[in-house]
Amino acid sequence: MREGYDHVASLDAEHELAIEDPSGLEYKGSQPGSGRRMTLNMGPQHPSTHGVLRVVLELDGETILSARPEIGYLHTGIEKQCEAKKYQQVVPLTDRVDYLANLNNNLCYALAVEKLLGLEIPEMAQWMRVLLCELTRVASHLIWLGTHALDIGAMTVYFYCFREREEILKIFEMFSGQRMMTSYIRPGGLALEPPRGWHKAITRVVERLQSGVDEYQELLAGNPIWVNRTKGVGMLPVDIMIDLGVTGPMLRAAGVNIDARKDSPHSSYDKFQFDVPTRTANDVYARFEVRMEEMRQSIRMVRQALDGMPSGPWHADAPHILLPDREKMKTQMEALIYHFKIVTEGYRVPAGSVYQVVESPRGELGYYVVSDGTANPHRVFMRTPSFGNLQSLGAMLEGVLIADSIAVMGSMDFVLGDVDR
Amino acid sequence: MLPEVIAGNSDALAVDQQVPGAIVDAVMAVDEPQIYIDSAQIVPVCRHLKEAGFVRLAGITGVDWWPRSPRFEVIYLLQSLHDKRRLRLAVRTGEGQEIDSVTSVWRGANWYERETFDLFGVVFRKHPNLERIMMPADWEGHPLRKDYPVHGHKYSYRDE
Repeated sequence: MREGYDHVASLDAEHELAIEDPSGLEYKGSQPGSGRRMTLNMGPQHPSTHGVLRVVLELDGETILSARPEIGYLHTGIEKQCEAKKYQQVVPLTDRVDYLANLNNNLCYALAVEKLLGLEIPEMAQWMRVLLCELTRVASHLIWLGTHALDIGAMTVYFYCFREREEILKIFEMFSGQRMMTSYIRPGGLALEPPRGWHKAITRVVERLQSGVDEYQELLAGNPIWVNRTKGVGMLPVDIMIDLGVTGPMLRAAGVNIDARKDSPHSSYDKFQFDVPTRTANDVYARFEVRMEEMRQSIRMVRQALDGMPSGPWHADAPHILLPDREKMKTQMEALIYHFKIVTEGYRVPAGSVYQVVESPRGELGYYVVSDGTANPHRVFMRTPSFGNLQSLGAMLEGVLIADSIAVMGSMDFVLGDVDR
Repeated sequence: MLPEVIAGNSDALAVDQQVPGAIVDAVMAVDEPQIYIDSAQIVPVCRHLKEAGFVRLAGITGVDWWPRSPRFEVIYLLQSLHDKRRLRLAVRTGEGQEIDSVTSVWRGANWYERETFDLFGVVFRKHPNLERIMMPADWEGHPLRKDYPVHGHKYSYRDE
């Protein structure tokens, strides 16, 4: 019994005496260990699930005996739709899988298709991809931080995070015309030429992000309520986490150094200097620390990209794959023909299969693309990090209090679109 | 005798030594081999590979090659945490056939096998809870099969 609740207990005791009856059906209250179990549906519409997730909780008092996540409420059959589309038409669908990390999804799909095509991407396009993907990582982590803090009760951080994220979204809008569903990274390079003044705009945002991240760290890390709610909560032995398919910041907070950017280099990531932050505490607070540090590392990489951006073309020399720009299309016969052919029949991709991995803000994002030699992908399997991470929820919630389950779910940072696809 | 494309692959050699005859075929996908395992041997092979370092199961999925027979391929994506190398296994199976579940090797296989069952109709033997995961429990058909229409399965607007 917590301090300050003694009067409630005494009231309870009186109440129990009052309703005692000779039938033997004794009222035992709802204290833990009283043996009265209760099944509670958390969701599908619950603010802390950040989407439509239903968790069936078996409760003893306030303690969770077992938790069973039920998913599929957001299943939209994206993988089936991919099979009906041409290769270039799949790109907008990948935005909608993980709608907080759309550019990482674009990148993963583009890399998979480029690997099947055997296409070399110019260095400038690769660096631009890294720059934008790292900005996406910061934007996604800002959403995680804001909503996670809001769930635990710190409202101010939410507004700060969304203010900063808006600045990043303005950059995306500048590049692609879209704030969230950018479809900017495509097989063959980028969708459009980087806009005039991008360097200045990003430099300005990066300055602000750097001070912002330090500010939020101070806001929360020294806050006793935050520390009490997150330290020592949501722990799970690391071998079980690996067994259950957990990846990304959650696994790094458990001390496993795993990061697809280092382990299977792609897109010039090997030319950037960055550290993979790890912690060993393996609780909600450690995941907070890892993600905060990741934001700093991403900002560091964005700075490197700003300083060392190579010059050169922003797309591969592959007119049969990437749409020509409008000006050329209207003045050159070949460009018009290529445009017509790509739009009407697409491009054929040699038969084969490839499993391409990138590091999304949530963990290992993999696209398994199978081609049968036609212009439509035969199969696109999306190995999404949220799906693997969410599978550990049941094990992680066993024996914790309901209030802590909110902190645990927030620390997992899943996106239901990413889980259900 | 190992297929030519994986003749020098140390993981494949070790599998062949531990579980003789398990490898039935292999193709060189773009950058890594896809090794076909005899469907009866998948659990011993996976158990051996997990002991050999492939502690991570990244995912399980299916591919439908209808109307070819056997129509399904079940793909297993593994990763070792020592040197982060990857391995891709595949099992060919037909409609009405069952594969042994690998949930006894990796607990994480649970949801992936449920998803493969839900969307392809591949049945996994000895799975602890083989129910639909994405589609509603009373759904008919398996959406990712090639003979399942993209538009208008049951509630078609076009027929009206």
